[in-house]
Amino acid sequence: MILTTLEGVPGKQIVEHYGLVQGSTVRAKHLGKDILAGFKNMIGGEMKAYTELLQESREEATQRMTQQAQQLGANAIVNIRFATSSVAAGAAELYAYGTAVKVR
Amino acid sequence: MLDLIFALTIFGLLMALGFGVGGYVERRHYANLEARERLTQRLSLVTIGAKTPIPEARQAQLFVGCVVVSSDYFRHMVATWSVLFGGEIPGFQRLLDRGRREAILRMKEAALVWGATQIANVRIETANLNDAVGDEGMALVEVIAYGTGIR
Repeated sequence: MILTTLEGVPGKQIVEHYGLVQGSTVRAKHLGKDILAGFKNMIGGEMKAYTELLQESREEATQRMTQQAQQLGANAIVNIRFATSSVAAGAAELYAYGTAVKVR
Repeated sequence: MLDLIFALTIFGLLMALGFGVGGYVERRHYANLEARERLTQRLSLVTIGAKTPIPEARQAQLFVGCVVVSSDYFRHMVATWSVLFGGEIPGFQRLLDRGRREAILRMKEAALVWGATQIANVRIETANLNDAVGDEGMALVEVIAYGTGIR
């Protein structure tokens, strides 16, 4: 599966469009990590626990999108976009979407 | 009275911690960013690519760099007070600047390992995680940079 943010895949031609594919996950923070993060928050800088949490979640969302594309018979997803939104206190949604295509 | 003294002491300690350690962390981060930017400057980034053809590329792959950064207590308090007078908030500007540069660098470093010659159609997004954490007021932002590495 080739993933790109472009409208096509370099060096290949799109032969079929399968439409929108998407993946999302809503993750809650880990309480233990959050207490540590609370202390770190006073000093500022990178919050590694959150970076890792969101990175893992984004990979999960991407994987769900990829699975959807596979089921459709696609071999690439083009024009991928990501979005992060905070849903409620303690939870964030990671969302990935793109267009599933077949390239040759 | 004792409560007040206690509260003021905690406040003073947090302010000093934020100003001192927070400032130190920031300076160290900037030095680190500059060094890594020099190492990765050969990789060009472009925000175009969606509607223009990419010449001479045989392979493409998605690269994502992300980071969550937070402001320190001192800069958070200063920013809270600046709202009274308006104007720029340099402490937060530097925070977002650090976040963006870090996210871009992580994307570039991953792409260089893969052997990319360019990253096309780069997108940078900033998301406020304040609501997600429920930590009133403290700036907590996630920055992600993503694009298509080509070689």
